[in-house]
Formats: sequence, structure tokens, C-alpha cells
Amino acid sequence: MSMPPSNMSPSAEAASSQAGTTRSGLAEAARPPREHYLNAGYGIKSWLLTTDHKRIGILYLLSVTFFFAIGGLYATAIRLELLTPQGDLFQPDTYNRVFTMHGVMMIFFFLIPSIPAVMGNFLLPLMIGAKDVAFPKLNLASWYMYMIGAGFTMWSLMHGGVDTGWTFYTPFSSTYSNTYTTATALGIFINGFSSIFTGVNFIVTIHRMRAPGLTWFRLPLFVWAHYATSLIQVLATPVLAITLVLLFLERAFRIGFFDPAIGGDPVLFQHLFWFYSHPAVYIMILPSLGVISEIIAAFTRKAIFGYKFVAFASIAIAVFGFLVWGHHMFVSGESAYSALVFSVLTMLIAVPSAVKVFNWMATIYRGSIEYSTPMFYALGFMGLFVIGGLTGLMLGTLGIDVHLHDTYFVVAHFHYIMVGGAVMGYMGALHFWWPKITGRLYSGFFSHLSALLVFLGFNLTFFPQFVLGYMGMPRRYHVYPEEFQVLHVLSTAGASILAVGYAIPLFYFLYSLKYGAYAGRNPWGAVGLEWQTTSPPPLHNFHEMPVVDFEAYEYKEAPVAERQPYRVVKYGL
Amino acid sequence: MSDAASAHHPKDLAHHFESYEQQKQSSLLGMWAFLAQEVMFFSGLFVCYVVYRGMYPEAWALGSQELDWKLGALNTVVLLISSFTMVYAVVGAQRGNRKMIVWGLILTILFGGIFLGVKVVEYSGKWEHHLVPGPHFEWHGDPAAGKEVEMFFGLYFVMTGMHALHMVVGIGIMLVMIPLAWRGKWTKNNYNFVEGFGLYWHFVDLVWIFLFPFLYLLALAGGGGGH
Amino acid sequence: MAEHNHSLKPYVMVLFALFGLTALTVGVAYVDFGHPWSDVVALAIALVKASLVVAFFMHVKGSTSMVKISVASSIVGVLIFFMIILTDYMARGFS
Repeated sequence: MSMPPSNMSPSAEAASSQAGTTRSGLAEAARPPREHYLNAGYGIKSWLLTTDHKRIGILYLLSVTFFFAIGGLYATAIRLELLTPQGDLFQPDTYNRVFTMHGVMMIFFFLIPSIPAVMGNFLLPLMIGAKDVAFPKLNLASWYMYMIGAGFTMWSLMHGGVDTGWTFYTPFSSTYSNTYTTATALGIFINGFSSIFTGVNFIVTIHRMRAPGLTWFRLPLFVWAHYATSLIQVLATPVLAITLVLLFLERAFRIGFFDPAIGGDPVLFQHLFWFYSHPAVYIMILPSLGVISEIIAAFTRKAIFGYKFVAFASIAIAVFGFLVWGHHMFVSGESAYSALVFSVLTMLIAVPSAVKVFNWMATIYRGSIEYSTPMFYALGFMGLFVIGGLTGLMLGTLGIDVHLHDTYFVVAHFHYIMVGGAVMGYMGALHFWWPKITGRLYSGFFSHLSALLVFLGFNLTFFPQFVLGYMGMPRRYHVYPEEFQVLHVLSTAGASILAVGYAIPLFYFLYSLKYGAYAGRNPWGAVGLEWQTTSPPPLHNFHEMPVVDFEAYEYKEAPVAERQPYRVVKYGL
Repeated sequence: MSDAASAHHPKDLAHHFESYEQQKQSSLLGMWAFLAQEVMFFSGLFVCYVVYRGMYPEAWALGSQELDWKLGALNTVVLLISSFTMVYAVVGAQRGNRKMIVWGLILTILFGGIFLGVKVVEYSGKWEHHLVPGPHFEWHGDPAAGKEVEMFFGLYFVMTGMHALHMVVGIGIMLVMIPLAWRGKWTKNNYNFVEGFGLYWHFVDLVWIFLFPFLYLLALAGGGGGH
Repeated sequence: MAEHNHSLKPYVMVLFALFGLTALTVGVAYVDFGHPWSDVVALAIALVKASLVVAFFMHVKGSTSMVKISVASSIVGVLIFFMIILTDYMARGFS
């Protein structure tokens, strides 16, 4: 039994908290906890004025899902337009707005907050045995900032959107574009506060709120990943903020910050922009890496191989992430010298990423693998992340980038990282911790089905785009030569499968809220403090302050004879 | 964590903290993390400053000549004094002396207000001399440098404006703090907000320490400062 | 924990040191050290002033190592930011 023998009163709560690695979670499932955070208060005010990190996580979950749907609608529009070589659906400038709004919505209002603000908010205090994050009010403020920022962006969206691309390159964005650049930039500026608040909160929470006995090297890797993410959020986001301020001033008062016609340097804008936006890629992917570590440990029933390496790899990715932004600017007029240095540094950042993947593989090796839905997502993640990462190395190579820059190869590459990596991780996290968040189990069959559809649909959507890009299809065009059509049709077909894959969870998750079986504390038999408390957790997370006297991922390895490697557990429905 | 899980939770210790020390250290670290963010924010402006000054050294010297270094120096002194009065408030909080907190804050607002007043005088002078970037801008010196001098003033207004904005926000917060301090909101055990706000105010001072020489003092030594 | 002797005296001394350095930075501005030394001198004085504020007014001297690390990390962040962008401009041959 890996759980600590608790020295608290032998109440019913404490007794079942020692369920540990067994599946007794299912046995006690018939009975939900009497008090939990969801029934601690009712009414709209108890949600909108809550300082409970769990409820704020739920608020984020709802809003993030909404903006994911909006971004998805734009993606649908893009794929429909690209079904045929002619521009049947949109005028060129409309198409510009469509792909811009897709990028803005997905990046700033879905990917950046998705795992940190939803899963991180919900889980960090639980995982470290705290009652809440360090600054609960700041946490709530962060959600409001997010919503106000999203409000401005939605306003501009409803008035026609922006056509600059999500990168807002000057001087087009500052001088020529006659769309609602200012409102969108303001929305993103305000949204930046939400990101910074979350980052500050997590850094302090991880430093100061850990339960007694929970040393740094006993922390779940999810926590390490969020620590690294928070560092980036705090140090990089303000640079985007000031860049957007300067962009606004150039647009409003024609001060030559970036427009060469009035003295500015557009390359400086790109430097400042990518100083944020490249590390921002790691804001999106690092939390996913943390999620995958948790899932793989739980469903191979092994400790993560080389824990310290995986932990420090997160920190290394965060640090190196600040040194490689110039690989977005190889053909933008940065110096050959800088391009060379950035290219070399880009190779460097592959090392910690590869360390993680190798260590996961070593963890899976001879593990007692259980093909649960979260594990489906984790395995899918590993494959897609490797493809995304390796094509990233190709693009980081100077010569190849000159050929492939601004083609669909780039589009395919970053979707493999963002969707194949970050979104798969997010979906995995949602499936892994849904029983903890809601106290209910969801359909095993439909969740496996949707995970498969997502994986297949995703590959069908984006793999052809590698080929397209390599053949010379530029990004951001909606009219293309006829010989590209077959690949575009494949891609659009894949996108429809992907859309179905993303839509199904909406139904079985909602269904589970009312009809799902009770999950009990620990339906997966996973270790970690969050599984020791009831599901859903009580208002202050733990009835007794947990004391940690065990290492991270202390799974008891089952003897080889007892393993049932190819078992798919039936749960729910 | 000596007083962990004590039956009654003191009023000045938030529910999710176990001890005053944990609460204090959390507050301090949070403020420093926030200030790291502020540092990067202003760094973006300083990077622009350095890049464009490297491109247009003459225009920077010309622009700097239009600034009155005496007003800048006066404001430096005023702001340093306000930092000291802020320290006075924090020491008052450490001693549990609410009169000291209140007086410290009032004096800080006063000196912050003087700083902003001088800033208003400077800004309105620039407006009258058509040195505010935008359609109103006119340059009567070397016409070739006009656009570049306008960039200098663009950066001057953004940098000092962002700095002044931080001061306005700070003064707003202090106005709220004064009645709270008077009613004894901050105790010897928990004066974290006062201390955290002090850090913020000193940071504003820090920014000005760099702004002053690099905006006001470029052209004092002959044509100097430039390249 | 903070020390129990909450004296104002050291702060007064720091304040006057800062006044002195302000006068110094104005004074040296009248001297032409040539490029780039005028900037180096001005920057050095500003850094000394900033260190005084950070160490004494902001209590970094005598605070926990965690606070010191966060100060150091923001300095490292700034250095990375400046050095990488400025090397690009130097390599592009600006002044």
C-alpha cells in the first residue's frame, strides 16, 4: 500500500482514503460524498463571486470550451473554403479575417488558458495538499480579465474581425489594415493580465503552499510543468503587452515605432512579438507534457522513469524557450549571424523535449498498461508530439526553412504541436480528472471512440498538409492550383472526422453529470494527493491536512504474472 | 508551521494559510513575481529606446535638448523622497503604529502628486511647442530629422506616460489604503499589503532612475550623448 | 523574520546617498567621455542607485533567498532580452 498510514481519527473518510492503488474506489462508488464544493453554495453569485480554485477552474472550463467552439467554427470555414481550388465561399479579405480569428481565438482564448487555467487551477492545490491557491481573489480576477479581454475580441469579431493574421505583423496591422485591430489587440492585452495573474498565483502556490513533507522531488510532474509554464507566463506576457501598446500608438498617432515609412523597424516588432509568442508555444505545450506524465504513470502503474530528468526538462524547456524566438524570422531580414545562432539554439531545445519522450517510453516498457481513455490520448499525444517536434527541427534548420517558410508545412507542424500535443493533452487531462471534478464516470465506449476519431481525424487533416507545404502550397491563401486539390480534400475530410471526435465528449460528459455512476475517490487507482480526497472534493479540499511521507508515483509494480496488460476496463454506461 | 490546524483561525490570517509566516512569505514572493513582470514590461520600451537611439543618435540628442533637465532632476529628488516616505509607512506598519502608516501614505501621495504636477507642466510645455507626436507635431529644426525627433518624443511620452500611469494607479490605491490603515486593518502580524505596495512604489522609483539620465541628460556635454 | 529594531536611520542615509548620486549623474553628463563611455558612466550610476533602492528600500538585503532568486531571474530575463535583440542589430550593421 503506497498511501501513508494516516494518523487521523479512523472516520469513514480516512479509512477509505487508504484505498491506495486498489480499485476500491469503484466499490464505494454507490455513495457520493455528503458535502463537496459543488453543493457548498448555490445560485449565480456563489459562482461569479467564488474564490474557490475549483469553481474558478469550472468557470474557465465553460468559457474555454465556448471559445474553442468559436475557433472551431472558423476552422470549419477554412477547411470548407479549401475544398475547391477556386475561392467559392469567401472573398480574399474575408478569408483573411477567417484565418485570423481562428488563430486569435484558438491561441489566446483557448490554448493559453486551457490546461493551466482549467486543470491547473483545479488540481494544483489538490496535488500539493493546500486549501486553495495563494491568492484566491487574484485568481477570480484572472477569470474576469479573461472574460473582459474575450469580450473585446468578440466585439471586434462580431463587427467583422481582423485580417492581419494572429501575428499582427507591422506595418500592415498598424498602417494599412482597416479592420478592428485595436479592439482585438486591446482584448489580447487585457487577456494578458489573466495569464500573468495565473502565473504569479501558481509560482507562489507551488513555493509556499505545499503540504508538510511534500518536497520538490516528491511533487507530481504536472506541478513541475505548471511551475515552468508560470515562469514563462510571468516573464514573457508583459513583452507582448507593451508591443501591443506600441502597435496601438503607431496605429492611432502615426508614431514610427514599427512602420519603416515613418522611421520604425518592422523587424523590431517581430523581435518583440516572438519574444512572447515563441515562449507562448511552451505555455501551451508544457502543461500537456505534465498531464501526460501523470496519465502514463497511472496507467502503466509505474513511477516515471528518470523523474528528476523529466522535472528539470520542464524547467530547461522554459529557459531555452526564451532563446529561440528568432527562428520565426529567418526570412524576415534578421541578420545572418542571428539566424545561425537561433538555428543552433533551436536544435538545443529538442533535447529536453526528447528526454521527456524517451523517459515516457522507458516508463511504459514492461509496465502493466491499461488502455483507458486518458491513456489513449497520452499514447496519441506521444506519436503526434514526436512528429510535430521533429518537423519543428526541420523548420529550425536554416536552409530548409527558406524553402518551407510560410507554407502548409509550417501549418501542419504547429498543428501537430498545438492540436496533436496541447489539445490531446487537454482532452487526456479532462478524461483523467473528470471523475475527480464531477464525481461521476463517463461512458467508456463513447470516450474510447471519440479518442480514436480524434487521433485518426487529426492525422488525416494535417498529414496531407505536410505534403502540400513541401510541394509549395503557401499558407493563408484560399485559391490554389488544381493539383493540390486531392490533398486538400483529404484534409477537409479529416477535419470533419476530427470535429465529430471533439463533439462526442460534449454529449457523454454532460450525460455523465446526471446519469454517470459515482466515481468514488480513486476510480483509476492512481497515487497522488488529489485522489485521496473525496470526488468531488470538499470545499477546502481535504478534511484533514495531508502529510506526505511517500515519493511521487509510488506505484507498487505488480508481479509479471499478475499483470493484465490488454484489459479495457468497463466503467460507466 | 507552528500554529497549524489550531482550532480558531485568527482574523488577520486568511483561511487557506497555516501561519503568519507562510502568509507573509507568500505575499512577498507574489509581489516580487509581479514586479518581475513589470520589469519585462518596461524592458520592452527600453529595448525600443536603445535600438532607435542607435539608429538615430542625432535626433535623440536634438530631442533631449528640448527636455528641461532641471525639472527632471527635481522630479528625481521628489520621487526619491516619496520612496522614503513610503519606507516610513512600512516601518510604521512593522512597529504596529497606524499613525505612522497614515502619515507615511499621506506624504507619499503628496510627493507623488508633486511629481505628477511637474509632469503636467512638462507635458503642457511640449504641447505648446508642438512636440507631442501626432498631427499636432511640428519640428522647426533640421527638417530632415523631424520624423526621427518625433520618434524620440513618441518614446519619451510612452515611457514617461507608462511610468506616470503606474504612479496614478499607486496613488489611487493609497487613497483607499489610508482609511483602512486608520481603522487598524493592518496588524503587526499582517501588514503584507502595505509592504507589498511599498515594493510597487519603489519599483516605480526604480524606473525613473533609469529614465532620467537616458531621456534628459543626453545633450548636456556639447553635442554629446550621441555617437 | 524581520529584525525587531525597525529604525529609520539607515533609510535616511540611503536617501542622501541617492541624492548625491543624482547630483553626480547630472554632473558627469556635462563631461564628454566620448561614445560609448558617456552612456556607460550614466548606466553605471543608475545601476548603483537602483541597487541601493532594491537592497535597502525594498529590503532585499536580509530577505529570503527566494526573493533574491526572483530578483536575479528578472535581471537574467532582461539581459537575455537585450543581448539577443541587440546582437541582431549589431550584426545587421547599425552604428
